[in-house]
Amino acid sequence: MVVQSTAEAITYPAVGAELDIEGVSHAFDIDGATLPVLDNVNLAIAPGEFVALLGPSGCGKSTLLRLVAGLEKPRSGSLREDEVRISGPHPSRVVVFQDPTLFPWRSVWDNVALGLEAQGILKTQRHRVDAVIELVGLSSFRNAYPHQLSGGMAQRVALARALVNDPKILVLDEPLGKLDSLTRIAMQAELVALWQRKGFTTLLVTHDVEEALVLANRVIVLSDRPARIKADIAIARPYPRHRGDPYLADLRKQILGLLGLEATW
Amino acid sequence: MSTYSVSDTTAAAAPRAALTFSHLSGSYGVGLAASLAWLAFGLSCLYWPDLGDWSRTGSLGIGAIVIAAFILFGTLSVDYLGSAGQALRKRAPWLLAFGAFVTLWEVATAKFAWLPLPFFPPPQSILEVYTDDLPKLLDSVFASIKLQLGGYIIGATVGFVTGVSIGWSQKIGYWVHPVLRFIGPLPATAWLPIAFFTFPSSWSASTFLIALATGFPVTVLTWSGVASVSSAYYDVARTLGAKPSFLVLKVAIPAALPHVFVGLFMGLGSSFAVLVVAEMIGVKAGLGWYLQWAQGWAAYANMYAALIVMSLLCSGAITLLFRTRDRLLVWQKGVVKW
Repeated sequence: MVVQSTAEAITYPAVGAELDIEGVSHAFDIDGATLPVLDNVNLAIAPGEFVALLGPSGCGKSTLLRLVAGLEKPRSGSLREDEVRISGPHPSRVVVFQDPTLFPWRSVWDNVALGLEAQGILKTQRHRVDAVIELVGLSSFRNAYPHQLSGGMAQRVALARALVNDPKILVLDEPLGKLDSLTRIAMQAELVALWQRKGFTTLLVTHDVEEALVLANRVIVLSDRPARIKADIAIARPYPRHRGDPYLADLRKQILGLLGLEATW
Repeated sequence: MSTYSVSDTTAAAAPRAALTFSHLSGSYGVGLAASLAWLAFGLSCLYWPDLGDWSRTGSLGIGAIVIAAFILFGTLSVDYLGSAGQALRKRAPWLLAFGAFVTLWEVATAKFAWLPLPFFPPPQSILEVYTDDLPKLLDSVFASIKLQLGGYIIGATVGFVTGVSIGWSQKIGYWVHPVLRFIGPLPATAWLPIAFFTFPSSWSASTFLIALATGFPVTVLTWSGVASVSSAYYDVARTLGAKPSFLVLKVAIPAALPHVFVGLFMGLGSSFAVLVVAEMIGVKAGLGWYLQWAQGWAAYANMYAALIVMSLLCSGAITLLFRTRDRLLVWQKGVVKW
């Protein structure tokens, strides 16, 4: 199965979709007051790009992801996937949240099968579920329930649940944020390997600068709320990247400076 | 995985290692005492003459001695009986306590009348009810089960559907919620007088009341269960391509199920109360009616006998409900064992 998907990636290198965010502003109404969260965000992401969104806590990164996922509509501006306006959620844009949010009443297999079941194609596509569970290395846990899994395993299941839909855009909302640092490093490597193999466009929200630098080939730094794009940094370094790379260390200092933390570093 | 196997082997090795003399005499001791208690019960039946006229004293005494023999045999050969032996060893203290209790009961009623007699019938008179009045008692049991089951299933179904609807749809909630608040808290028994003359038969009236008593807690808890489902589950399902019907059937309902079972449990309790009252007042069948009838004839033994059967039935119904829940909710950790 793994071999097959590698072959696929070679035949169709660009399964990822293009994502255009144009003049998007958004706000929330809280207790009668309007709280602006996004301010005229413009971002064009090429097919297959791995883009990391960095920004201070509460700046509106996750809101931007919810708009991309189609879970909410922007107050103004537009978002387009391959030139088609995003008007609601669609399995071609799957989100992996910070909490794995596995359905506790479903086994690992049934959790991963969720998307195919919801789309009514599970009967003919069961092999895809098996393949993706194998891909994330959880074959021996396919019948386990979520409460029996560790945090890292649960997040892998969440990743498998997204990947089984063959998304064109994978939206990651701090998916490794709650993991311990060892599991985190291991899963960062897995994430890069999956992205390279599958070729989907990836949009990652994180507040870990190092994570953004190790994973992404483009880092977007957002300002405080309401979020605007402060910097757009291309990271032309080959994978696998090394955390000690002086080039990355230099970028890290620069980005922390943009986030207002230069004094400490 | 490996930790499980390790703890399994230690658990298996523990009893073997703990086969010391004191442990042995302790576990045998309780079993032997239990056997003696039942022997005492049997002998107390046979030794003293009855103060009243009861036909089953002899068979009860012999039965008790047979039980005593079984306990003795089971205790002595506990290591050869496998799981049955373990079960007996675990229950030995209860067998002892129960044997002592029935002995005391026998002596205090049939033999020396320390307790006033017609109101406190001896064990043999209850046995007599079970043997001699069995057809009538069984009829009552079946009538009760039929009535209870019909009302409960209707009430639980209507309650579940209503709860899901008002938890899911604000429009339905707008109309149903005030009605629920007005009618729900009313004890179902308060409807008795009205129900018995508005419904065509006392049976349909009772079914309605049992359904009402069941429906209210089921509705409220299903509703709160559906309403408290985390929106993150819906977000996940929606991004994976779920339609509204999928969100209700495969997200809201399974997530609400633990609450639903609390409602079903509470509904069961309050419907038992309504069942008995309805049977005592209007329905001419069932255990409630049997109790009422027995009281009319001052047949106190029949009342106790019916009470015991009723208790077993109610407890059995709750056990059945909890078993169903455990089966459906295996994914939950640490559910209460009944």
